[in-house]
Amino acid sequence: MDVNEIQTIEHDVLIVGAGGAGLRAAIECSAQGLSTGVISKSLLGKAHTVMAEGGMAAAMGNVSPRDNWKVHFRDTMRGGKFQNVWRMAELHAKQAPDRVRELEEWGAVFDRTKSGLINQRNFGGHRYPRLAHVGDRTGLELIRSLQDHGVHQGIDFHMECTGLEILKDAGRVAGLAAYWRDTGRFVLFKTKAIVLATGGGGRCWRVTSNSWEYTGDGLAIAYNAGATLMDLEFTQFHPTGMVWPPSVRGILVTEGVRGDGGILKNTKGDRFMFDYVPERFAAETADTEKEANDWLAGVEGARRPPELLTRDVVARAITAELKAGRGSPHGGAFLDIASRRDADFIKRKLPSMYHQFKELAEVDITKDPMEVGPTLHYFMGGIKVEADSQMTSVPGLFACGECSAGMHGANRLGGNSLSDLIVFGRLSGLGAAQYIRGLGNTPQVDGEQTRMAFRKATAPLNREDGHNPYVLHDELQDIMGAKVGIVRNEQDLTSALDDLASLKRKVKTVKAHGASQYNPGWHEALSMDSMMITAEAVTKCALSRQESRGAHTRVDYEGEREDWLPYKNEITRGADGEMVLTKVKRPEPPKLLKDIAYSNIDDLEAGKVGADN
Amino acid sequence: MANRHFRVWRGDHSGGDFKDYNVEVSEGMVVLDVLHKIQAEHAGDLAIRWNCKAGKCGSCSMEINGRPRLGCMTRMNSFDPTATITVQPMKAFPVVRDLVTDVSWNYAQNKRIAPFKPKAPEADGSHRMYQDDVDRVQEFRKCIECFMCQDTCHILRDRGKQSEFIGPRFMIRVAGLEMNPLDDDDRVPELRHEFGSGMCNITRCCTEVCPEGINITDNGIIPMKERVVDRYFDPVLIAARALLGRKKRTKPKGTHEVQEVLEVPRPHEVPGTQ
Ligand SMILES: Cc1cc2nc3c(=O)[nH]c(=O)nc-3n(C[C@H](O)[C@H](O)[C@H](O)COP(=O)(O)OP(=O)(O)OC[C@H]3O[C@@H](n4cnc5c(N)ncnc54)[C@H](O)[C@@H]3O)c2cc1C
Ligand code: SF4
Ligand code: SF4
Ligand code: FES
Repeated sequence: MDVNEIQTIEHDVLIVGAGGAGLRAAIECSAQGLSTGVISKSLLGKAHTVMAEGGMAAAMGNVSPRDNWKVHFRDTMRGGKFQNVWRMAELHAKQAPDRVRELEEWGAVFDRTKSGLINQRNFGGHRYPRLAHVGDRTGLELIRSLQDHGVHQGIDFHMECTGLEILKDAGRVAGLAAYWRDTGRFVLFKTKAIVLATGGGGRCWRVTSNSWEYTGDGLAIAYNAGATLMDLEFTQFHPTGMVWPPSVRGILVTEGVRGDGGILKNTKGDRFMFDYVPERFAAETADTEKEANDWLAGVEGARRPPELLTRDVVARAITAELKAGRGSPHGGAFLDIASRRDADFIKRKLPSMYHQFKELAEVDITKDPMEVGPTLHYFMGGIKVEADSQMTSVPGLFACGECSAGMHGANRLGGNSLSDLIVFGRLSGLGAAQYIRGLGNTPQVDGEQTRMAFRKATAPLNREDGHNPYVLHDELQDIMGAKVGIVRNEQDLTSALDDLASLKRKVKTVKAHGASQYNPGWHEALSMDSMMITAEAVTKCALSRQESRGAHTRVDYEGEREDWLPYKNEITRGADGEMVLTKVKRPEPPKLLKDIAYSNIDDLEAGKVGADN
Repeated sequence: MANRHFRVWRGDHSGGDFKDYNVEVSEGMVVLDVLHKIQAEHAGDLAIRWNCKAGKCGSCSMEINGRPRLGCMTRMNSFDPTATITVQPMKAFPVVRDLVTDVSWNYAQNKRIAPFKPKAPEADGSHRMYQDDVDRVQEFRKCIECFMCQDTCHILRDRGKQSEFIGPRFMIRVAGLEMNPLDDDDRVPELRHEFGSGMCNITRCCTEVCPEGINITDNGIIPMKERVVDRYFDPVLIAARALLGRKKRTKPKGTHEVQEVLEVPRPHEVPGTQ
């Protein structure tokens, strides 16, 4: 293979991923005067972000003037079980309102309040109505606004192009090896900095709300380049995925259904969430159906219904009800909005849920309850970054959005992802610009590294014979579903690591049939490598953390353990290519942040905690 | 479980043909599921685009039994239990491979539309507008860019006038800007001179295929055509209005839109007469 014959594209900075995070990063890079390229596996506007439904969280105070960044920050830390990187949660809570307003300047059209402002809705774990939204298609509005604004900012979009491997010069980022999905041709990006915005790795599981793109590519690319991964045991199972028919199992049912009044019931008709209120939230949660109904009706002083507890709590409750034999006919819980709101309201506030159930399950949600169950939804963990610049441990390599770690700790609140994308997308753009300004000389791509990267990628096509990638992917999903699910224990996790090790050997001889031109079999074969790294990292971290915290539940170590609170699991690639896990102590947070996070809500709201800044 | 017969177009820009597949189909499956099954069991290299599997991303557009449909939202039980199901790529765009087409022309059209130009915010930094005033704009913004309306519009599909008409998807994108109370740009000249608003003769085929149920023609294109003909004085329209006894009722932007529904294509709208 002659490297000189490979197509080469040069940019100051290359963004990998065109979801909300990648697009916002690209817009910032361009605004900083950098020549900016964006690559994405699918077409522009189709990234995962487009599927987000409920909204984006920002303490704008349009609906409840009592809201402010401190309450948002406190909610985020409590929801994340205090595992969040303090500075990230702070930056997020402070900057999200401006980022949302900026979207409106770029053409987003949010639902309005009666007085004409951006409307905000209730969501699990958020004390006040905080989610700016557009019905239940907020992600579409976000991605389209960024896309339509972005195409006029002089950014080069390279669609259906998959990144494979980072090329380095003296430890710094110098380029990226990639291929065009349609032609199967290789392309070499020469660049001074790379921003990874590739999203999560949910496809390691079968029951997931995630699309085919979520194979953990960014995690694997960063890991192979020497960056540190963190927090991977925290994989969020969303409590409400569709459970029937089988072919749609896992597809998301937005939390907005509960935010707008929907309730959960078991087959006996009991509103079971009242039985699962954790102590930490008891003081702020309704304890009778009457009080919960009062809250929905807007009665002053009524506390929130237990259906709006954080996702980890609700997902575990549904799992427990199933185990106790009180599940719905297809193995879920009933989610009922029909008896709570009139048909017009439901169709107006939740149009795509109405459509989705009508078309895919033949259920009319204005008349009948939905059947729902937990589905793998989101990676709180990912690539470790420095909070203000979003730079990883590799000079010139940045990460933002779902593929980065830290912002959400052990459990993400709904709506905090879309705002995360625009806050940290922008910061990573600023970070990359600053890094490039400080670069002495331009890093150079090494020919041998490039050749190796491409040779590795063609191996599945060139092999005479080998394993079918679709079958291997199925095997991986079997392992992760059975042994690294919502409730974990040491025995299963240990055995999962063994299974993964033997699967890894098979992946080494994966075979894709056909030519390289738009060949999904080959694409699947290549993404197996990323999924194997992702799955192993999740399993290792899950085995290491001997406590139950947020989305990570260990039956053999129940409850949060004080001795684990100060620690993070970090993953790096060892010298011999083996995956290395290190338990690392977190730095102490600034006193102000700690005071806010642990404050009594009444004291905080009375202005007794922390000077305003 | 039932065994179903599928005919799937396989090939690339140089040509291709239908291939037959027999597949076991189970309860609740959609056409995209069946194609994935074919991919996993018979043809690992069958090219398909998809992302969300829930009608939200507009990736899986294809022609099923001759009609543009989203593969992920087309249930198998919507067909006669013994019928053969024929699947082929969208016709209006060049084939890349199998069911995947080159839709880049659409992205190029989008780029031609001048960006949103916001009014200055109010003193407190906010923009105020009312739900009533944005309902129509939000209807257009539901578009998932499946490009099936583009595929079905005879001006693009049969007459190949890509160089003259921007297509229904982008007519409503411009309409969404033009009707946005915050947008401070005048989009009417572009509509007429650049985007070929006069080409559309209101057949409503685009509206019929839209998976988002957007009333493309009546709510988007016709009001835009109205604005064009009002600006560029058109004797035919005056005559037509006198004949039909109608008054112009679309108000300028920023106020509540009142809709005018036309029942017949009007003479001035026919290509070449404007
Ligand atoms: C159904 C659903 C509903 C949701 N609802 C909400 C909600 O209401 N509120 C909320 O806050 N969050 C929600 N989330 C979560 C949120 O949508 C995601 O976390 C977020 O959109 C991720 O954005 P991102 O920019 O990080 O990545 P994505 O939008 O996923 O984009 C990833 C990009 O990376 C590209 N990519 C990946 N690998 C490669 C590679 N190797 N080479 C090149 N490109 C690559 C992809 O093509 C894609 O363009 C929801 C998620 C789902 C699935
Ligand atoms: S109504 Fe106009 S845009 Fe729509 S299909 Fe007919 S001619 Fe094309
Ligand atoms: S207007 Fe409707 S048919 Fe046309 S691209 Fe948008 S969603 Fe598809
Ligand atoms: S896969 Fe997204 S619309 Fe069909």
